[in-house]
Amino acid sequence: MSEITAEQVAHLAYLARIDLSPLEITSLTHDLGQIVDSIAKVSEVATADTPATSHPMPLTNVFREDVVVPSLTVEQALSGAPDRAGDKFRVPAILDEE
Amino acid sequence: MTYLTKLSAAALSELLVSKQVSAVEATRAHLDHITAVDTDLHAFLHVAGDAALATAAEIDARRAAGEPLNALAGVPIAIKDVLATRDMPTTAGSKILEGWVPPYDATVVARLRAAGLVPLGKTNMDEFAMGSSTEHSAYGITRNPWDRDRIPGGSGGGSAAAVASFQAPLALGSDTGGSIRQPAAVTGSVGVKPTYGGVSRYGAIALASSLDQVGPVSRTVYDAALLHDVIGGHDPLDSTSLTESWPSMAAAARDGLKDGALKGVRVGVIKELSGDGFQAGVTQRFTETLAMLVAAGAEITEVSAPNFEYAVAAYYLILPAEASSNLARFDSVRFGIRVNPDSGSLTSEHVMSATREAGFGPEVKRRIILGTYALSAGYYDAYYGSAQKVRTLIQRDFAAAFSQVDVLVSPSAPTTAFKFGEKLADPMAMYINDVTTIPANLAGVPGMSIPMGLAPEDGLPVGLQIMAPAKADARLYTVGAAIEQLLEARWGHTMLSQAPALTPTEMFASEEGAV
Repeated sequence: MSEITAEQVAHLAYLARIDLSPLEITSLTHDLGQIVDSIAKVSEVATADTPATSHPMPLTNVFREDVVVPSLTVEQALSGAPDRAGDKFRVPAILDEE
Repeated sequence: MTYLTKLSAAALSELLVSKQVSAVEATRAHLDHITAVDTDLHAFLHVAGDAALATAAEIDARRAAGEPLNALAGVPIAIKDVLATRDMPTTAGSKILEGWVPPYDATVVARLRAAGLVPLGKTNMDEFAMGSSTEHSAYGITRNPWDRDRIPGGSGGGSAAAVASFQAPLALGSDTGGSIRQPAAVTGSVGVKPTYGGVSRYGAIALASSLDQVGPVSRTVYDAALLHDVIGGHDPLDSTSLTESWPSMAAAARDGLKDGALKGVRVGVIKELSGDGFQAGVTQRFTETLAMLVAAGAEITEVSAPNFEYAVAAYYLILPAEASSNLARFDSVRFGIRVNPDSGSLTSEHVMSATREAGFGPEVKRRIILGTYALSAGYYDAYYGSAQKVRTLIQRDFAAAFSQVDVLVSPSAPTTAFKFGEKLADPMAMYINDVTTIPANLAGVPGMSIPMGLAPEDGLPVGLQIMAPAKADARLYTVGAAIEQLLEARWGHTMLSQAPALTPTEMFASEEGAV
């Protein structure tokens, strides 16, 4: 049995920037423990001499000419934003005053 | 005009080309059918309505003017809500994107429009394509047209249910671990996951970028091939898009209809994708199909893929890891909803955390947390690193198998459609359901699901999965069309002609006095 604790889940939620309720933390701690137990078997066959594969089709350095191509207008880029200030995205304060 | 909804895309195309039917008539027939049945089935999250009729009228005008058009011009199509559409909301089944109308089209959508297909609307899906039942949509379930109490598969349950219930002859799906093939299997329809990189992913909201692939959903192999020819090919906007030129999939499908198309074809049966855990009726139909292939001259060989046993485990490390990174873009700044926290200061970080708490459903949270865990220091090598090694081993299994055979076959899913709620409480039970489809995504090879009968014990559709080496998508269409033809000849009908008739919703409503 893996040792996933509620504190660990709370920390992961902080890293992932998701507020979780105490109830969600409890249920996720349970789920995660179970899932991690089931998927930990990957280490059974992943020997040191097996190379890792990150991508199904090996591709290297996909380049294009450095030329201007049509792109979104400012209006289009801002069209889905929850808040804006003129031609910019308006965001909440970056720094906490506390 | 209801008969128009029963036609394949190819048959409808013939009527359109010969001007026996207008694109407006065809579109209206489908919109009327959506109105009649979809309040109950809920395959669509958005129906284009008048916009679809306007598009159709434009096609009719162009055809009347003698303009040369694509064979599918005027044929209606449904689009999975994971694909960006500049004139329709695009939510990926999530509250966090509620009401978002993208400022651009996904490349596959742009290609559909260029070919004159008529977008009917956006189809329901598990939130961000995380699920195998469409029960994880933030906008409610989609019912299986074969049995209203059962799942239509997932994540593309909406697209599969739409074609299976004749609301659209064609649809687009996306397949990260089976989200096109498994819904096809449980709804008696056809679904194809192309070779990774064969179809552009630009404008497909990313789940796991090294696994995601967009592909066709239809009722016949030939229709899927026609759609594949429209959406496939290199796209400079997707850096993982393959640059080769592809043969016509439609021509490949027509080759499959010729006499003796299966003669000498070497078919590999994957030992590890059978037996325990497979429903009896699924195994029975699979065995019968193999016998039919032998009778048609195919050579059946059993092949072993010993590392497939680890595929689900590797997948549920790689997918959450990539998803946790991809979904970091939902930060309440550029698109989607913004939710302020109940307490504490209103910093970007707090607002982002409150937005994601409110905007993401339980399965999305589960996978983001799991992915964050798999990538975190101290666990990275043991989990994510090992999973990537398993990926190598699975690719080697495929390479060894394809050195002996032309195509691989297995059941598309271990069971027929399960009931709503059956696997919701146990995430691993839901995950293990993808055991048959996941290996193809890990290796990037193409896979197709076609119906191969009804399971005797429950009368529900069973799917046959066919896989080919990377870039050999055309082979899938040849073999798939050949098998489909043999099966339909044996049955004396198509699979979906056997689906129960759907009761129009208005009838329900009028009986209850609501109209």
